[in-house]
Amino acid sequence: MKTLKCEVLVVGAGPAGGMAAKSCAERGIDTILIEKKAEIGAPLRCAEGVSKKMFTEIGIEPRPEWICADMKGAIIKSPNGTAFQLDESHAGAEVGYVLERHLFDKGISVLAAEAGAKLMMRTWMTGPIKEGDKIVGAHCISMGEPLDIYCDCIVGADGIESQVGRWCGMDTNLKLNDIEPCIQYRMANCKCSMEFCEFILGRSIAPGGYLWIFPKGNGIANVGIGISAEFCKNGVRPKQFLDKFIAEDPRFKDAQIIEIDAGFDSTCPGLESGYSVANVLLVGDSARLVDPITGGGIGHACVSGMYAGEVLAECKKNNDYSAKALKEYDKKIIKRMEDGLYRDWMAKEKLAELDDDTINELVGILASADIEHVNVQNLLIVLKEKYPKLVEGFEDLI
Amino acid sequence: MPSGQDDIMIVDTNKCMHCGGCVGCCPQNAIFLCDYILTFNDDCNKCGRCTRLCPVGALTLEAKA
Repeated sequence: MKTLKCEVLVVGAGPAGGMAAKSCAERGIDTILIEKKAEIGAPLRCAEGVSKKMFTEIGIEPRPEWICADMKGAIIKSPNGTAFQLDESHAGAEVGYVLERHLFDKGISVLAAEAGAKLMMRTWMTGPIKEGDKIVGAHCISMGEPLDIYCDCIVGADGIESQVGRWCGMDTNLKLNDIEPCIQYRMANCKCSMEFCEFILGRSIAPGGYLWIFPKGNGIANVGIGISAEFCKNGVRPKQFLDKFIAEDPRFKDAQIIEIDAGFDSTCPGLESGYSVANVLLVGDSARLVDPITGGGIGHACVSGMYAGEVLAECKKNNDYSAKALKEYDKKIIKRMEDGLYRDWMAKEKLAELDDDTINELVGILASADIEHVNVQNLLIVLKEKYPKLVEGFEDLI
Repeated sequence: MPSGQDDIMIVDTNKCMHCGGCVGCCPQNAIFLCDYILTFNDDCNKCGRCTRLCPVGALTLEAKA
């Protein structure tokens, strides 16, 4: 059996894994990044929206080829067509770019490689290597051949599929109401705005979720939908809601689908049981670090990857990868993300209960409000004033 | 939909988008996706969650013939 040794093994080369590998390697950690597929960033499972301020936070200058379209703002629509338009001056850095994900993901892995990480494609983990109770590496298959990689710490960046966590004794199971099956068409010849992202709410449109139109320029847009898993029963699936919307919206009358993407979002407020155990930590989607309201996960993925490197550098210095040492990672995640995730999870739960009339009313309230700087927090502040029932139980987070 | 242990999982490979969602939401961790191949192991208790959640309806539980 072939074996390899490294200090940190990162499983999965999406944005979370790529950032974790970059962040580790640039701190002098001997890092291997493995990717199951033959190509990083494909097939797409994402709407590709990301806020501009994310790049500032992770300290990476976005390359022009990563960015498909620079958004002027966003539009939130209710089922009766009431629209709340945010332009960039109000939306600030919350509104952002629509990325070319396959180039962005590859770009982050290129940065990891430049920092000194070793990349291994067509290589996947099949289970942990244990000495007693201690996890000392990962059994892998690389280009069809068995390979054991011994390491001090495994970083699970294996996305929604997240097996690393479960293999290593972490509870990453999702409750039904915290799962959002999604489907997206990339469409050509669309007559929608190429400058604004659109979010359409309402039980008749997307029960327990929303429908999105993210323009990519030149008449091309990602048109997709996520609905709460609770509504997926008796054969109800997100696809039929999306097909109905597209058939009825004149902007897509002459549009054609050029790509179909499917994927799931987790909409839980992070992991209750924590983000690390001895010798293992989770980043990005595998750690369920996805915003429950927006479904956005790229930002959290990159930031958590960056934190992983910061904490693992300390671990290397002290040669201590124990559960206690890795708790520093949990602390960083909790401090930076958990309040926001919990707030948005509560808001998601409340929104899922609302009928179309109430959504129409709420979007009307937003449209008539004067909001200086728009983000989820400030939208909730306005709604809290006019419709306090919506924020019952989590007022203190707003 | 949830049914007997004797039922078998059927994957319609013409429908499956390989999105991995079923893998992530399986309460038994019994589903595995490698490239374009979805497999189930013996831990599958035929709860039917994946058949319900698959965005494209690629998974079904069928009674053993």
